[in-house]
Amino acid sequence: MYAFTYERPATAADAARLAAAGGKLLAGGQTLLASMKLRLAAPEQLVDLGAIQELKGIRREAGTLTIGAMTRHCEVAESAEVRADIPALADLASHIGDKQVRAMGTIGGSVANNDPAADYPAALMALGATVHTGTRQIKADDFFQGLFATALQDGELITAIGLPIPRRAAYVKFAQPASRFALIGVFVAQQGDGSVRVAVTGGGNGVFRHAGMEAALTRQFTPDAVAGVKTDEAEMSSDLHGSAAYRAHLVGVMTQRAVAQALA
Amino acid sequence: MGATEFAKLPHIGESLKRKEDVRFLTGVGNYTDDIVQAHQKYAVFVRSPHAHAIVKKVDTAAASAMPGVARVFTGADVEGKMGGLPCGWLISNPDGSPMKEPPHPILASKKVRYVGDHVAMVVADTLAQARDAAEAVVVDYEELAPVIDMRTAAKGPALHDEAPDNHCYKWTLGDKAAVDAAFAGAAHVTKLDLTNNRLIPNAMEPRAVNASYNRGTDESVLYVANQNPHVERLLMTAFVLQWPEHKVRVIAPDVGGGFGSKIFLYAEDVAATWAAKQLNCAIKWTAERSESFVSDAHGRDHITHAEMAMDKDGKFLAMRVHTHANLGAYLSTFASSVPTILYGTLLAGQYTAPQIYVEVDGWFTSTAPVDAYRGAGRPEATYVVERLVTRCAWEMGLAQDEIRKRNFITQFPYQTPVALQYDTGDYHACMSDAQKLADVAGFDARRKASEAKGLRRGIGYSSYIEACGLAPSNIAGALGARAGLFEAGEVRVNPTGSVTVFTGSHSHGQGHETTFAQLVAARLGIDPSQVDIVHGDTGRIPFGMGTYGSRSLSVGGTAIMKALDKIEAKAKKIAAHLMEASDADIEFANGEFTVKGTDKKIPFGQVALTAYVPHNYPLDKLEPGLNETAFYDPTNFTYPAGTYICEVEVDPATGVVRVDRFTTVDDFGVIINPMIVEGQVHGGVAQGLGQALMEHGVYDPDSGQLLTGSYSDYTMPRADNFPEFKLGHVCTPCTHNPIGSKGCGEAGAIGSPPAVINAVLDALAPLGVKDLDMPATPYRVWQAIQSAKA
Amino acid sequence: MKVELKVNGKAVTADVPPNTLLVQFIREHLRLTGTHVGCDTAQCGACTVIANGRSIKACNTLVAQMQGADITTIEGVAAPDGTLHPVQAAFKECHGLQCGYCTPGMVMSTIDLLKHHPSATEGEIRSLLEGNLCRCTGYQNIVAAVQTAQKTMAA
Repeated sequence: MYAFTYERPATAADAARLAAAGGKLLAGGQTLLASMKLRLAAPEQLVDLGAIQELKGIRREAGTLTIGAMTRHCEVAESAEVRADIPALADLASHIGDKQVRAMGTIGGSVANNDPAADYPAALMALGATVHTGTRQIKADDFFQGLFATALQDGELITAIGLPIPRRAAYVKFAQPASRFALIGVFVAQQGDGSVRVAVTGGGNGVFRHAGMEAALTRQFTPDAVAGVKTDEAEMSSDLHGSAAYRAHLVGVMTQRAVAQALA
Repeated sequence: MGATEFAKLPHIGESLKRKEDVRFLTGVGNYTDDIVQAHQKYAVFVRSPHAHAIVKKVDTAAASAMPGVARVFTGADVEGKMGGLPCGWLISNPDGSPMKEPPHPILASKKVRYVGDHVAMVVADTLAQARDAAEAVVVDYEELAPVIDMRTAAKGPALHDEAPDNHCYKWTLGDKAAVDAAFAGAAHVTKLDLTNNRLIPNAMEPRAVNASYNRGTDESVLYVANQNPHVERLLMTAFVLQWPEHKVRVIAPDVGGGFGSKIFLYAEDVAATWAAKQLNCAIKWTAERSESFVSDAHGRDHITHAEMAMDKDGKFLAMRVHTHANLGAYLSTFASSVPTILYGTLLAGQYTAPQIYVEVDGWFTSTAPVDAYRGAGRPEATYVVERLVTRCAWEMGLAQDEIRKRNFITQFPYQTPVALQYDTGDYHACMSDAQKLADVAGFDARRKASEAKGLRRGIGYSSYIEACGLAPSNIAGALGARAGLFEAGEVRVNPTGSVTVFTGSHSHGQGHETTFAQLVAARLGIDPSQVDIVHGDTGRIPFGMGTYGSRSLSVGGTAIMKALDKIEAKAKKIAAHLMEASDADIEFANGEFTVKGTDKKIPFGQVALTAYVPHNYPLDKLEPGLNETAFYDPTNFTYPAGTYICEVEVDPATGVVRVDRFTTVDDFGVIINPMIVEGQVHGGVAQGLGQALMEHGVYDPDSGQLLTGSYSDYTMPRADNFPEFKLGHVCTPCTHNPIGSKGCGEAGAIGSPPAVINAVLDALAPLGVKDLDMPATPYRVWQAIQSAKA
Repeated sequence: MKVELKVNGKAVTADVPPNTLLVQFIREHLRLTGTHVGCDTAQCGACTVIANGRSIKACNTLVAQMQGADITTIEGVAAPDGTLHPVQAAFKECHGLQCGYCTPGMVMSTIDLLKHHPSATEGEIRSLLEGNLCRCTGYQNIVAAVQTAQKTMAA
């Protein structure tokens, strides 16, 4: 990698100041460092968030789980609170990358990056989560704006993710066989009032909510209810590992499996 | 002694734990990148980003001026000062004319012919400085259209002036007229079109060199991750650099896997060795993985049309095969032989087909050179034969095992119509053992259970045979080999009775330090801990040809056996003298020399010491010392064979193929260390399943870019892709080496792919799917199901 | 920049450029070459070490991120007198290695696996090893080694 200067602030405020001045935030590094090693990214300054205590921790308050931005995937997977309240999220976290990646990668880093095949964005969209930054709170629907694009302003630092606890939820990921990122991943969440959100990742243009699936499942939360619901191929990308038609087909299959899992 | 007697010796058939393991398990292995030389410099290669282009100018001015840069070498620096990379096997066209052999320059000067082609080498004090300078080398390319598809290569721009239609050679084998006649009279003809997918070897250790030169002694030392250091040295000094062979030492230390990809003489090896002399320093180069993807020799890549003529009972009468083989942009070291000699001669399979005709066209394309990769031609042949045979079964309404049993060879030795003579085998035994081990009887019940869950289940057979233990030199030479294929073994008995063995074979995972020690210990009646095996250093070992083609035990081990014969013969003379008996009355067994008909005996250790302290010794008749060398040239190939059975479960909703069980029964002849042999089968099967289900080296047809250039797109098998494999063995000892060994290193990769695809097609037949190419990825399986519905 | 951390039980201090990867620090500065580099996309696991009790990829971590951390590499696994750790002994017993290149990473990954999932089933073991590529063994004897170590360490 190219040379850079390095800061390791102790507080979120210090980190935000450095980021506002042009520093690149370093969370777990699992994505950023990989691209820097290939010389595809060349930030002049890295701001390591690893020492900031206030960005860690998982809290449960009145129907919401709040997860600190620097919480590692393995911590989400093993958290007693997450496993009790949103087991689908623990399950999702336990299948991100491999266990070495899970020891370093963070929820904040994943969400800020918004890789079109990442898992967390689907969870946040489907659970109706809120992204907390140093200055404001952003609803998931507004936060994710297409592949690698978010509502974050330059230098804005995610501090925590607030996740409403659903009645039931499940995440099913069909892995791209080589990278094992989601070729298609579907997160289904049903709230107490029977409303359902369905978020799809892997399609290629960034995580999106599937209106057709949501309508069908809100009427009836069963796998059969979505058997005929189609996904627009035009929204799907096409590559070696699957055509747009294949991806569209998988959305249907994975949604059905997610519903079955949520009901189990 | 014969193989049967040998097999009964102590330590033969023992799963001795490996001597290699402690250093690997504790992190003190010595791989080439671990080697650090004082004041070493670092090399980075500038590679072509284009599949086909004219190199108009290479501007190194800026790069050369950058901090720490020693030199930037380009094609202009090496042109005229050295030869190009040689090809070691001459293939001739039917009219006797030789194959096209365009030059393969160390650094490109006029043209680049594949993405990754080597253009310049930067040498600097640190790796970072070399990388920075490499980015500053400016190459002016004039892009030309790439040639990616073999089927249209003849129409594309010529990659080489020497081959205006990109055709390297046509090779044929067999009696075409007799084959055509047999087809004319056949009751049924089955036809099949097959693709054998391009693979990228991906040994876990990337290629690496550390080359140094000492001006004071005029000696070069090349540490290189390589499978055959003597061959590397010979090719480099004699054919490329024209340096005195004896002034270059090549050392292949611990090597992290090869699978064929580390056989070849590569440009980087030559460039670093040559540059080290120019700069009077040491130069370290280690490939980045993304660099390995584009610059290691790739494997396979055939397109084949095959036909089988049968009588009404499914007996094979004749086979004809036409294959287009992709050689890549240049001829790599063994490339020409892989789709010809190592391929066409295996088309008889385990069967008594009287007539076979094969025609192979070798093509240049603007892709990475293609050469031997685990199996080297035999997986390609087995894929054709075993896919075709199963297709014949389905068309004839016969079960997959039944058609094979009707055609198995049962009389040995058996002369095939494609040059090879199989020495021995028991194909029926392998088949029946495999069927038992695979619980074929329970398949129908398992299929019903799968269907109840909405899944499809299928079973697939592959009865493979291969030719390895390369090779009888005179036969190889007659077939175009430019090298011999003997092996060397030197057995040095030390005065205190321990033994050091120098072998021309090379272990890059195969465990020779253990297996060969067992062999020597068995013969001399000592403990394997008393035997050290030395390999991988031209400075210590007599000239050997290295390890590939499953030859190490059959050829390298036999060379050691021959050296041991000499040791035993001499030791008997010493023992005779010590026991005042005649040479003819001395017997040697269990580490002791005895006099026939008496109870006189002395242990091996005493004879060893006497050889080096020759006081009571027949000095007038016998030299002191106990140190013998043998070179062994095999009289035939060896022929491991077996039956593999694969059972898969397919999810039609997603196309995912899950291998539910995989069973192998192999006949490797006499086995010295069953644990090590089974490890070879596991690894080979894993690579075969990888080929069948997930691996594929893909170039973009328009740009010629390698689309699968990292582990994000090239699917490597991981632990959760496989079930536990079930292994069985049959033993018909090889008749022509004293060990009775047939070799086992490649069989797993050879026999497995057709078993998998046959199983997938068996599973999907009810859905109307008739054919499927490798890799059977979820997407491709799903597509096949959709197409069948349409 | 100055880094201070513990490696194999020993305190280590060094002055290195910020862009030093942990694997470079280990291989080049500390001259511990048992940790290997097998790829440039953090997907092969040959570089796996243990940091603060968890397996991580040393090629995809800056040594700066490991300020104050407690790192164990393959060289720190056996006892000082050379007695193999049960995981190392199990790999030897089960022939869980051939060329040895993936082995240090595989051993470190296994130590972490058995610490956090001591009762893992065969399927779970295979899944938990998905971050470690092996090209030689077909994984079968590696899984057997993990299961053998599992029994030894539970006893």
